[in-house]
Amino acid sequence: MFDAIQAFLSTFLFDWLAILITLVIQTVVVVLPIMLVVAWLTYAERKVIGFMQVRMGPNRVGPFGLLQPIADALKLMTKEVIFPDQANKYLFIIAPILALAPAVAAWAVIPFADGMVVADVNAGLLYILAVTSIIVYGTIVAGWASNSKYAFLGALRGSAQKISYEIAMGFALVTVLMIAGSMNLTDIVNGQQGGMLNWYLLPLLPMFFVYFISGLAETNRTPFDVIEGEAEIVAGFHVDYSGMTFGVFMLAEYAMMILISFMTAIMFLGGWLSPFEGIPFLESIFSWVPQLGWLAFKVSLLLFIFLWLRATFPRYRYDQLMRLGWKVLIPLTILWVFVVGAMKYFSFGPWFN
Amino acid sequence: MTFELFIFYFLAGVACTSGVMMITIKDPVKAALWLVLAFIATAGVWITAQAEFLGLVLILVYVGAVMVLFLFVVMMLDINLSILKEGFTQYLPIGTMVVLSIAAMMYMVLGPENFGLDVTGAPVVHPEDYSNTQAIGLELYTVHVYAFILAAVLLLLGIVAAIALSLRRRPTGEVLYQDIDKQVKTQASDRFKMIKMKSEIEEPIKPKEEEEK
Repeated sequence: MFDAIQAFLSTFLFDWLAILITLVIQTVVVVLPIMLVVAWLTYAERKVIGFMQVRMGPNRVGPFGLLQPIADALKLMTKEVIFPDQANKYLFIIAPILALAPAVAAWAVIPFADGMVVADVNAGLLYILAVTSIIVYGTIVAGWASNSKYAFLGALRGSAQKISYEIAMGFALVTVLMIAGSMNLTDIVNGQQGGMLNWYLLPLLPMFFVYFISGLAETNRTPFDVIEGEAEIVAGFHVDYSGMTFGVFMLAEYAMMILISFMTAIMFLGGWLSPFEGIPFLESIFSWVPQLGWLAFKVSLLLFIFLWLRATFPRYRYDQLMRLGWKVLIPLTILWVFVVGAMKYFSFGPWFN
Repeated sequence: MTFELFIFYFLAGVACTSGVMMITIKDPVKAALWLVLAFIATAGVWITAQAEFLGLVLILVYVGAVMVLFLFVVMMLDINLSILKEGFTQYLPIGTMVVLSIAAMMYMVLGPENFGLDVTGAPVVHPEDYSNTQAIGLELYTVHVYAFILAAVLLLLGIVAAIALSLRRRPTGEVLYQDIDKQVKTQASDRFKMIKMKSEIEEPIKPKEEEEK
């Protein structure tokens, strides 16, 4: 479809301009639905946590409060953006952009179904790891530019935490790479064909948990949201942000949550593959579900776990959080790299053949 | 102009501009951020040259880890810029000479007569499914395996040395250390004891003897 658009545009435009316009269209097609999902994810979060705590959640704007995200967005956009005295204005404005841009850019290599991907690159896994590692600049620059001690403390915590958990995350990705033999995300999903038992979830079960926990830390979700830490440092790195600048930080956080859920689903839960592949009766019953449907189902399940954890767990203390990252998760991942190596050597199970 | 050329000139322009800005700007934090931008643009240039592994690793290692730690340190410094600028004119002649000699040496090595298609030959155009990562991996783990392991051991030595130098355990009693395993293994029964006892019944207050009299 996009090739046709490009061919049509290049009949009357410069070639490079036609490609640029096509790329912009592709970007909008991917980013717009994600932003909509982000909006209603905030609604789902408030509703789910509300029900878990025997409250109603938002229920005033629209039926069941469904239009609440629109009201929130309007409120944030019309609010005044306040610049703190002596803050560094340019960096103060750039910080939210630095937080959001990588969270959006990472979607370029995420496949939504077989062949439904913007850029089907070979080093997809490495690209995701590289791009998400830039996200920490949003936090650091915001904390420094605000010229506030609370914000700065949040920024310092954030940078140390994210770098620590990135190592565990990277090692978890290495095990996926070893088992799949490819960094292309489409190839990784196609390597898990043949029903639930062939998913990488079973041989990489500890890595699944490590990746998800590191994902929680990367997105600053409870129980790892020490960079916000309302009880200790007010709201951490975005204490001085108001209006839409604050809203952009929230957009970035939720976009990252969805990204981590997508990555977990693709790498460990068979992506868009049906869980009933190869089971005679169930496979035919569920054959009407589109590939995107299965992926969306798995992603929603993981997102629900994100919300569930927030309703359940208290915040980690900072030193214990660092201990968990360095002394528990990283040794476990290193051990599992060797376990996967051994499994590959002995051609263990249906995953290595 | 093809699209690739457009991307190349854009990234090269960003890289050069941010490089110059990094050197000229006074605030060290901003200089570090310009350097980050230079890294990202350079990574982009490498990716256009079909070296996607190097480009992505540049972002992952330098932008995602090294520069973050660098910023971490620079942000916490309270640098007085006027002290740094003292003696600028005094050292200017020597500085100019050093810069000129370095520029001359760089020109001799990197000058235009050493580059160009007639010197290096046309670059190999790889097919679409060519994996740069796999090519580097195969080369590293077969041909250069000893050098690779040696480098890894050196890095490990660096980590161990850094930890050994900075690790400081003070005698117990001076500071309180946590025993996390002990804390985790704590059961409710260690902290909370259920005791069976008879319920206490309040007896009505007896009228005082004085009132009887």
